[in-house]
Amino acid sequence: MASFIFKRLLATIPVMLFVAVFVFLMLRMTPYDPAAIIAGDNANADQVAAIRKSLGLDQPILSQFFIWMGQILQGNFGESFFFKKTVTSLIADRIGPTLSLATVTMLLSISVAVPLGVLAAYRQGTWIDRVVMGFSVMGFSVPVFVIGYILIYLFAINVSWLPVQGYRPLSAGFGEWIRHLILPACTLSVIYIALIARMTRASMLEVLSEDYVRTARAKGQTEWKVLFRHALRNAAVPIVTVIGIGIALLIGGVVVTESVYSIAGLGRLTVDAVLARDYPTIQAVILLFSFVYVVINLLVDLTYSLLDPRIRY
Amino acid sequence: MSAQTNPSTAAATVVADQRIENAKPSTWRRVRRNPSVLFGGTVLLIMALIAIFAPFLGTRSPTDIAPVARNKVPGFERTVTGPDGKEQTLVYRFGSDSLGRDVYSRTIYGARVSIIVGITVAFLSVTIGLFIGLISGYFRWLDPIIMRIMDGLMAIPAILLAIALVSLFRAGLGAVIVAITLPEIPRVVRLVRSVVLSVREEPYVEAAVTVGTPTPTLIWRHILPNTIAPLIVQGTFICASAILVEAILSFLGIGIPPETPTWGNIMAEGRNVFRLYSHSILYPGIFLALTVLAVNILGDGLRDTLDPKMAKRV
Amino acid sequence: MTFMSKFKFASAVAAAIAVSATGAMAQKTLRFVPHADLKILDPIWTTAYMSRNHGYMIYDTLFAMDADGNIKLQMLGKHDVSADQLTHTMTLRDGLEWHDGQPVTAEDCVASIKRWAAKDSMGQKMMTFVDSMTAKDAKTFEIKLKAPTGLVVSALGKPSSNVPFMMPKRVAETDPNKQIEDFTGSGPFIFKRDEWKPGNEIVYVKNPKYVPRSEPPSGVAGGKVVKVDRVVWKPMPDAQQAVNALLAGEIDVIEAPTHDLVPLVKNAKGVKMYSWNPLGNQFTFRFNTLHKPFDNPKVRQAVWEAFNQKDFLEAVVGTPEFYKICKSMFPCGSPFASDEGMGNLSESNFDKAKALLKEAGYDGTPIVLMQSTDLAVLTNLAPVAKSLLEKAGFKVDMQSMDWQTLVARRAKKDAPNAGGWHAFLTSWVSADILNPVMMGFMNASGDKAMFGWPNDPELEKIRDDFAREGDVAKQKALAIAAQTRVTQYPTHINLGQWYLPGAHRDNVSGWVAAPAPVLWNMEIK
Repeated sequence: MASFIFKRLLATIPVMLFVAVFVFLMLRMTPYDPAAIIAGDNANADQVAAIRKSLGLDQPILSQFFIWMGQILQGNFGESFFFKKTVTSLIADRIGPTLSLATVTMLLSISVAVPLGVLAAYRQGTWIDRVVMGFSVMGFSVPVFVIGYILIYLFAINVSWLPVQGYRPLSAGFGEWIRHLILPACTLSVIYIALIARMTRASMLEVLSEDYVRTARAKGQTEWKVLFRHALRNAAVPIVTVIGIGIALLIGGVVVTESVYSIAGLGRLTVDAVLARDYPTIQAVILLFSFVYVVINLLVDLTYSLLDPRIRY
Repeated sequence: MSAQTNPSTAAATVVADQRIENAKPSTWRRVRRNPSVLFGGTVLLIMALIAIFAPFLGTRSPTDIAPVARNKVPGFERTVTGPDGKEQTLVYRFGSDSLGRDVYSRTIYGARVSIIVGITVAFLSVTIGLFIGLISGYFRWLDPIIMRIMDGLMAIPAILLAIALVSLFRAGLGAVIVAITLPEIPRVVRLVRSVVLSVREEPYVEAAVTVGTPTPTLIWRHILPNTIAPLIVQGTFICASAILVEAILSFLGIGIPPETPTWGNIMAEGRNVFRLYSHSILYPGIFLALTVLAVNILGDGLRDTLDPKMAKRV
Repeated sequence: MTFMSKFKFASAVAAAIAVSATGAMAQKTLRFVPHADLKILDPIWTTAYMSRNHGYMIYDTLFAMDADGNIKLQMLGKHDVSADQLTHTMTLRDGLEWHDGQPVTAEDCVASIKRWAAKDSMGQKMMTFVDSMTAKDAKTFEIKLKAPTGLVVSALGKPSSNVPFMMPKRVAETDPNKQIEDFTGSGPFIFKRDEWKPGNEIVYVKNPKYVPRSEPPSGVAGGKVVKVDRVVWKPMPDAQQAVNALLAGEIDVIEAPTHDLVPLVKNAKGVKMYSWNPLGNQFTFRFNTLHKPFDNPKVRQAVWEAFNQKDFLEAVVGTPEFYKICKSMFPCGSPFASDEGMGNLSESNFDKAKALLKEAGYDGTPIVLMQSTDLAVLTNLAPVAKSLLEKAGFKVDMQSMDWQTLVARRAKKDAPNAGGWHAFLTSWVSADILNPVMMGFMNASGDKAMFGWPNDPELEKIRDDFAREGDVAKQKALAIAAQTRVTQYPTHINLGQWYLPGAHRDNVSGWVAAPAPVLWNMEIK
């Protein structure tokens, strides 16, 4: 097990290295000059050149890359081109809302989707199954921002039960925090619920036809126990996998959801940074998101052995 | 939002060892009779016809502006004098936007961009992914290199990658298509590679290798046919997600130039006033959701009939 | 920790924090949504209006313009001009202190004027008259001129970008082409750098040691009395969301809701609208005079003939309540406004436009028109321009981009089909374009002029004469001469005047009308 973890950790290095090289090259290939944008309205060519120099953009691409990599290895992601702040502190400011939104969305999605999927599989072919499956196809088809606007209209404007926008940190009180997260999390979880419910149903259907389920039933165990203790446990591997894969989807959804609900999280930071051509920030945010994705999928692999005793590394 | 979110793709990643049967003669009939394929295909066909015949569906130029007729509700009528001196009544079936453009015409023309983006992205990512996947699956020494690159590309969340690509280069239809295609490729590569790996182990393929069948023939005759069914299914889901991603990029204001009628652009234009005039979000939203829904249902149906092994998993 | 115990722990922490927070609740905080995010903290280095507004929060000025356009003393207690009009003696009033507790000195002011004058176009013009600036004692300094000019007071009392804000000497000695890193001012608010969250929150607190003038506030002049403890700027990119938040009471003031949302605010309970910028703003169409076909003044005149202000104003503003058709180059309602010399331009006379194009030999070169897509007040301008230009027989290649990109691209002199441009549209705050010297787009000094680089010695001579002239009647004649010349040698086109009121909750009062949104005197009940 330990050697497996070590091997998997080693395998993430080339992946992250590729991401770093790719993002770096992509930004350097763009036709726009961030120095000209920073220099502003009245700058002349000399001023732009001076800014290029101060940002280190006048150096050859290769040495720019090695300087940047060297900094990263020391845990330094550089300073934002625009705000006189380090990228690390910019990210630290923004990570709270995004983390909260992602966590609440995950909890909400799993607690809704797994029972729905189990139910649909248990009642395969009935109207319950059809409704769940129908909802899940719908969930894939309606864009996140449309769902967001519908929810805002219904619950924040039509009846003012919930705030229309913004984010309050946990330090402002649990109630305030969760009130501001309900609508965004519901918006973001629609597609996630659709994904997990589908996978749960499919995986359960397969397991329910297996011998040991029949055996358990024959032994007179309650349906509840059969479903959740025997079947779900054995169906868990694909479900957990899809939750892991879905992290990328969650990150993508966060960008849109934060924009709809004016939440100053990492998603909005990314869009702002891209529009402003703030290279250090774009690089750091994309690296961070990719790292999260890789680590979560590593964790997913590890949980396999916990969920399914047959898998050993 | 991206293809990876579609259940079939997820399943493809999970079930790397699955084997796909050769398409049998009766397959086509099964496909035709599947209700999901029928429904999805019909809706999609209608959308395609709308796109092709947009100029004949009572539309006007989708880019013609009329500052005096801005933000009008659906059903608004306006009388203008044409260049020939005749009076003419213009009806705004779906209302007008903040430049007085006809939302109905824009929505109808918007079908063109969505369908072009969906089909082009699906075709490109499947073709490129197939090519890379075959190479990776067949040439063992190249495999680790290609797969590390694909892992890396897959680790960057698709939407972020598309946002970065589109907004850093000059926005336009081409840039949008490239930006949506690139993140889809690794997922196709993985699918193709898993098919190749499993087919290679088949006794009849091993036999073919022993008798000295040249590699191109081997790929052409034995491996390629096995990839067709899962790729058609996969391509359908990519098409659905591409249409959605295009709308999201336009909505965030970094996609195809706003003058071009696309469903995402119409909604982006209307988002600021949706409390007062909801028609700019409503109508294109319905068209968009209906189209994506149809493509997804079509994909489900195709998977059930073409690729039963995979269908069993999901 | 199990999930449940973690949960309990988190809520216990939250509860503890909530209790400690209530102690500070007595503080009055004003939550203000500015029109954009604050990106640059140096109001001298950039002309961006957001940076200027930030400047008004934390800095003070020597002179200031009141609501009637008169320039009053602000930081100065006394201003004497010698009989020969060549020596200005300025004395600071008592009790002025920087946020770090040091007194404001004459030397600080001299250094600040120098840095500002190096960047600002009116400041540059002023410096051509200045012989020397010296600090006489801690509170008095002297400006000696080579020739008499009215520019000293009007430039130092300039209400909008770039405003000559006073900074401590150590800050003002920063290279004008580098951004400052120290945000110590002497203004009514103090910038809380440690609480600044770029893109999300900009926090200011009341400067307890600020000594306001005794006069009532008027424009940016008069007593700047702060009536809240804390101001939080919360930029919100989605205008609809900002209005929703105002209606829900989650914020107190919006600087500029978009025009389309005005009906929502107007009819709502609990909120009011307030027109804080009575002089309004002006839309303009800017030519790049370097490239064909706009290098030919006749072609530029043809554009002017093709345009009409109403279409532009309708497309952006929509209701006549908030716009005014104004033919004068200088804002209607300001001292130099006049229709004289403007002829029958901007009447969408397409036949005349076509005739001019024929005369000029326009060969169908597509006009590269840049459209900015992320600022609500600008987005709709370019499509209208495109439509009118096409009706006059132009070919137009409209290219859409975000404002940042447009700003970077308009600085490029390259050929339009090689990354350059032909034209774009923007908006000016009226207070920035009150006379031919202030109006940046009238600067026709070729390479030294703003992007577009018009080159016309005749127009430049009129502007020079204006700068030298002290007599208002003669100034008026020169202003008319300048705008008449612009119709012959178009540098830019005036597309009409527009207004956008701010919106605030009922319990907010005391918003002072000024060219910039100023937050002193504002009160929450």
